[in-house]
Amino acid sequence: MDKYVLIPLLPLTAFVINIIFGKWIIKEKAHWIAILAVLGSFAIAVSAFLEVLSGKVINYDVYNWIVSGNFKVTVGFLIDQLTAIMLIVVTSVSLLVHIYSVGYMHGDGGYYRFFAYLSLFTFSMLMLVMGNNLLQLYFGWEAVGLCSYFLIGFWYEKKSAADAGKKAFIVNRFGDFGFGIGVIMIFLMLGSLHYTEIFGKIGTLQGQAINILGYNVDLITLIALLLFCGAVGKSAQIPLHVWLPDAMEGPTPVSALIHAATMVTAGVFMVARFNPIFNLSETAMNVVALTGAITSLFAATIALVQNDIKRIVAYSTVSQLGYMFLACGVGAYGAGIFHLYTHAYFKALLFLGAGSVMHAMAGELDIQKMGGLKKYMPVTYWTFLIASLSIAGIPGLAGFFSKDEILWLAYNHGTVGKIVWAMGTAVAALTAFYSFRIIFLAFHGTFRGTHEQEHHLHESPKAMTMPLMILAVGAVAAGWVGIPAALGGSNAIAHFFEPVLGHPHVTAAHEEEYMVMGISIAAAIGGIFVSWIFYSLKPEIPKNLAVKFKSIYTTLWNKYYVDELYDFIIVRPVKWTATNILVAVTDGKIIEGIVNGVPAAIRNFGERLRKLQTGYLQHYALSMALGVFVILTLVLIAKGR
Amino acid sequence: MVPLEWYIGLSAVIFIIGVAGFMIRKNIIIMLMSIELMLNAVNISLVAFSHYLQDLRGQVMVFFIITVAAAEAAIGLAILVSLFKNKAAVHTDEIIEMKG
Amino acid sequence: MQIGYPILSTVIFLPIFGALLILLIKRTNEGLVKWSALLISVVTFILSIPLFVSFDKTTAAMQFAETRDWVPSWGIKYALGVDGISVLFVLLSTLLTILCVTVSWNSIKDKVKEFYAALLLIEGAMVGVFCSLDLFLFYIFWEAMLIPMYLLIGVWGGPNRVYAAIKFFLYTLVGSLLMLVGIIVLYLGTGMSFDILKMMTTNYPYDIQLILFWAFFAAFAVKVPMWPMHTWLPDAHTEAPTAGSVILAGILIKMGAYGFLRFNMPLFPEAAKAMAPAMMILSVIAIIYGGIICLGQTDLKRLIAYSSVSHMGFVTLGIFALNTQGIQGGILQMINHGIITGALFLCVGMIYDRTHTRQISDYGGAATILPIYAAFFMVFTLASIGLPGTNGFVGEFLIILGGFAASKILGVLAATGIIIGAAYMLWLYQKMFFMETGSKVQGHNDIDAREILTLVPLIILVFWIGIYPNTFLSFMDASVQNLINRVNEAGLAQTAQQAVEVIK
Repeated sequence: MDKYVLIPLLPLTAFVINIIFGKWIIKEKAHWIAILAVLGSFAIAVSAFLEVLSGKVINYDVYNWIVSGNFKVTVGFLIDQLTAIMLIVVTSVSLLVHIYSVGYMHGDGGYYRFFAYLSLFTFSMLMLVMGNNLLQLYFGWEAVGLCSYFLIGFWYEKKSAADAGKKAFIVNRFGDFGFGIGVIMIFLMLGSLHYTEIFGKIGTLQGQAINILGYNVDLITLIALLLFCGAVGKSAQIPLHVWLPDAMEGPTPVSALIHAATMVTAGVFMVARFNPIFNLSETAMNVVALTGAITSLFAATIALVQNDIKRIVAYSTVSQLGYMFLACGVGAYGAGIFHLYTHAYFKALLFLGAGSVMHAMAGELDIQKMGGLKKYMPVTYWTFLIASLSIAGIPGLAGFFSKDEILWLAYNHGTVGKIVWAMGTAVAALTAFYSFRIIFLAFHGTFRGTHEQEHHLHESPKAMTMPLMILAVGAVAAGWVGIPAALGGSNAIAHFFEPVLGHPHVTAAHEEEYMVMGISIAAAIGGIFVSWIFYSLKPEIPKNLAVKFKSIYTTLWNKYYVDELYDFIIVRPVKWTATNILVAVTDGKIIEGIVNGVPAAIRNFGERLRKLQTGYLQHYALSMALGVFVILTLVLIAKGR
Repeated sequence: MVPLEWYIGLSAVIFIIGVAGFMIRKNIIIMLMSIELMLNAVNISLVAFSHYLQDLRGQVMVFFIITVAAAEAAIGLAILVSLFKNKAAVHTDEIIEMKG
Repeated sequence: MQIGYPILSTVIFLPIFGALLILLIKRTNEGLVKWSALLISVVTFILSIPLFVSFDKTTAAMQFAETRDWVPSWGIKYALGVDGISVLFVLLSTLLTILCVTVSWNSIKDKVKEFYAALLLIEGAMVGVFCSLDLFLFYIFWEAMLIPMYLLIGVWGGPNRVYAAIKFFLYTLVGSLLMLVGIIVLYLGTGMSFDILKMMTTNYPYDIQLILFWAFFAAFAVKVPMWPMHTWLPDAHTEAPTAGSVILAGILIKMGAYGFLRFNMPLFPEAAKAMAPAMMILSVIAIIYGGIICLGQTDLKRLIAYSSVSHMGFVTLGIFALNTQGIQGGILQMINHGIITGALFLCVGMIYDRTHTRQISDYGGAATILPIYAAFFMVFTLASIGLPGTNGFVGEFLIILGGFAASKILGVLAATGIIIGAAYMLWLYQKMFFMETGSKVQGHNDIDAREILTLVPLIILVFWIGIYPNTFLSFMDASVQNLINRVNEAGLAQTAQQAVEVIK
């Protein structure tokens, strides 16, 4: 056994130990095992990263997983540049979230269970990113979904939490349905599910079409779109985004780890991993780019009016994930992954900051009831501010570099690129606006909650503020590996990714790049400025606007009624069919009608027949006599002939 | 010499009286008597044929029938007695346990 | 591979004699009855282990074969043997019987010794069905299984048990009688022989094959049960005692699918090939119909029963896809379904012993009151919805792969079953274990060591097959390949024959 196997295996071991012995033996010490395991994984991941940095690519099989006829899949690991960066993101954020949870989950009845699930999640996510074949990716894919289900529904006594977990799982299954079919198509067309073989052979499919219900569909486009279905589900893109905001029912560290930094980015990772397939289909690429851009804009507009601090951040996540798909769709996979990487830090920081606020506010989530928290919890405030500046795209911070890279590459990608660039820039402004809306409403001004809450306000314990500070460093510095040439940097990360993800060659002049940069900086600062006017200077403006544009406001407030729409066109009809058609009519009346009808008919016939049995002796005698008479007559007639 | 036809006619008449009695009367005792009547009608024809054909086997048969009739009457009456004890009825209308 | 005793006969007749022995025990001595039933089932299981260990995976031939003349004048033989298709079912039967004994330990309080005797009789007959290589012998075991099962439902069942038992009996009997006619036709057509192996190499004319295919189909489709012959299953499951449900779900309904593999395909290969599309369509209907109808259920056991309809739809889909992945997936999924649904019924039985209600709406919040139980139930729920890493995934994936290769549309439709499956199982889990604690759940003890030990073997299998399915898939390789060759070659022979006729 070599060390790479240990990367996922350590958290798995921690999970097994905690889930079996946690309740009775380990109890309040559950975090030690979990943290040590993920620390070990992190250390090995760093060493693997360094190996990859020196130019080595690790790819080997551990054992044969499923072998059936010509179908063969192994469990194996591929650590290349893409995986290496994901390993760092997953293990480092996971480690910080583990530490943060020690403080956050202190005293919870399911303490051991929480850490067990976190370990299981870390294991699954690592299996997902480390797999060297599609089926193992699928394994991790479903397993992280399962952990998400467990953790969203962690406080399962609450109906809303249980509902949200179930919703997340089932909505994801819709995406996985397409993904699974994509996997099967790849196998049937190419005869293998291993990355190297898929990418080696995919070119042979070029130009082939498949007939679906009379339409000829380009095979590669179809495969790419089916795979993208899975990504849409997992990364909460339109139309399967509905589960992510509800997922905020889970404990906040979970939102930070799973629903911001790692799991939801699996879709982006997958699209980037399959860039050789996507690159061969113009249509698929445009679908990816437009889905990303539309989702990004859509989620950002919803985030404008929400009051629940975690939901705002959740919509912000959906929006940023859209950004990453936008990048992938214009061929800027490296930029997308770069954004994934910086986003992991500042978004985890936002969530953990929100958690810290909740901790102080005793679970209160409504930013309208906060205010002035700055003076009670300075560490939380400053780290939250850094994260907000970073996500808004203020120059020098992590978010700026990755966002700028995406916008610049989109700008240079033809017509579709220009469209998504325009949308992306608008999103940048909106992002700055709603991020600072939180800052102004929650941390500035005066406290608007109850007296009791005010009395209770305090800075969070060390275990929680430490990770905040570390993440804040990430939110500032993570982007420095990708400083573009136009600003005198070397854009190291783009070159790092180039062997796996390629890098679109842009020939435009630096001046043009400065212009694009300038526009996005202006958008960000404009957003912050408007936010300051709205929520700090003249708080009556947003109220007036809400009244004036009531229909728009309520549409946004109700998230464009997508949940209601799904309920109306999918959930209700299916349930109605189940109870009123299948149970009541087809099974109840038709099939059971036949099954019980045949015996009933026989019984009915018998009922009639038994009327003959009168019980009167004379009747029997008469029938006997008649019988003898008839038989004798027949015999005599026969004799007579 | 009485011709054979007369015996057969007598036998047939008695047999029909027996059948009719069995069918029409509801009293079980009378029904039993009707059965005896039918058996004896058969006996008459057997004896008549036996004489006509000069074959003794017919008369042997008659002894069998008399024996069976005796046994039947004995058992039938015994059943009747126990039935009467249980049901207090000798009318077939009142004994319709076999009604389906 | 020489074993010192006739292993198959032992595994069949040990439980049967054991059952007779138990009937001799004094009625009041319930402890002795239980312990001897446990002992017999455990010994049977141990004696069946050589089947797993010394099975030769490289050959498709029948192994551990035993042949004796039985009624030579009629060509009836006592012939036993297992190949890669049947061997795993023998093991599953012997394993599940042990669990049925332990789970019934406290819940059966009435006519205890007759109960365990019936259970062991079923075990013997089940193993007999899987091992028989003589059609006459097969039919005897096939019908013999019905009687103790009928008693199990009709005597120890729920309030509506008599209706359910009679329905179960008549349904299966009607199917079996059609098969009996088919068996007689085959007997006459094979030169007065019931030898299955001989039949497997005989080529019958196509129109006869077609009729016989449907005659056997009637018996097997009812057992599976394929849509629309499924309505006995919910009733039987709902009313049966836990052990009855486990046997029913775990083994009995597998015999239908096993019958397809053992008889319909190798005996009537051309008919099977011609009818495969129809069979696949019925399977897909079963998958979707069985899945959606689960969403409308209010009764716990009924829901799981309907989910069986859906899962068995996957099995028949895989089998009639007629390719390696489909058939291997189908067989594996049969094993999986036996494990998963068997386990789910065990779980339901355990909670029913406490709450005495099967209404889903009476539950809620059980995860707080019975955490260990909830964890076990969760694992089986996940296996049931085919989560990768559990056995359900491997089976379903191979089946959908095979089904997709055979027909794209049906493959896609079958895949929707996975979404529906997640929907109803998670819905059920939420209603039972999450949210506020229901009044009927309150105050019960978590499952005890006996119950945990009952479930642990199944948990191990869930993960074993999920993580390293090759242990089990490798058993089937040779036999499945042989079966596929038989089906394909027969088609070729037919075309060759036609070609010859055309030339003439």
